[in-house]
Amino acid sequence: MQVKFSSRGSTLIVAIYGEMDHHSAEYIREKVDGEMMKSTTKNVVFDFSRVTFMDSSGIGVIMGRYKNIQKLNGKAVIANVNSQVKRIFEMSGLLRIMPVYDNIDTAVSSM
Amino acid sequence: MQPINEMKLEFLSRSSNEAFARVAAAAFVSQLDPTLEELADIKTSVSEAVTNCIIHGYENGDGYIKMSCMLYENSAEITVSDQGRGIDDIEMARQPLYTSKPELERSGMGFTVMETFMDEIKIISEPGMGTTIKMFKRFSPK
Repeated sequence: MQVKFSSRGSTLIVAIYGEMDHHSAEYIREKVDGEMMKSTTKNVVFDFSRVTFMDSSGIGVIMGRYKNIQKLNGKAVIANVNSQVKRIFEMSGLLRIMPVYDNIDTAVSSM
Repeated sequence: MQPINEMKLEFLSRSSNEAFARVAAAAFVSQLDPTLEELADIKTSVSEAVTNCIIHGYENGDGYIKMSCMLYENSAEITVSDQGRGIDDIEMARQPLYTSKPELERSGMGFTVMETFMDEIKIISEPGMGTTIKMFKRFSPK
């Protein structure tokens, strides 16, 4: 499990690598929250292109970050989800509040 | 229905064993030549069941989780059980988005995921007596 950060203008891109389950949830949460604290960017794109597995623990992590970002008046969106991940997001209703984009470029320009 | 193969595993309630359990279940079920999507359904459901044992059954303490899998001609039954605290209200636990541990940022979607990805799910639990989840999955005919 790894989380890598990059930024484009006022948008932070959070690329998640590997499997998102309860075991890796804590790590992702700490990494992202830590970066948000020091970052000057307020909008976030979660890049799922390298997520190989996700269960409902992943929904909790993304939902939690979404709430934090919203409190700071930022926007949070998701990009590059595979079909397994998408089914879980759909089930949770998260996609009704968080838009999903096919690539980083469209996600960034939606901000 | 006679099983054509069977396996049993027992492991500690450590979160690092979530990946072990779902990969082991998927590897065993692979004998039936399921589709990639069916395998993902199995992995995700096992992950949910094992995570529940760790967080809710043993409340992050130590205990053993048992997993068994029976293979039939074109289906599989996976059982995951703990001897932890049990579920107070099973109907409530099944509700989408309900979680007894919102402070842990749990989504409350565990049972909903299992019910959606498997064909049948049975929850056997009593407070103080642990929980057993039986999940049944039929595979598309070859």
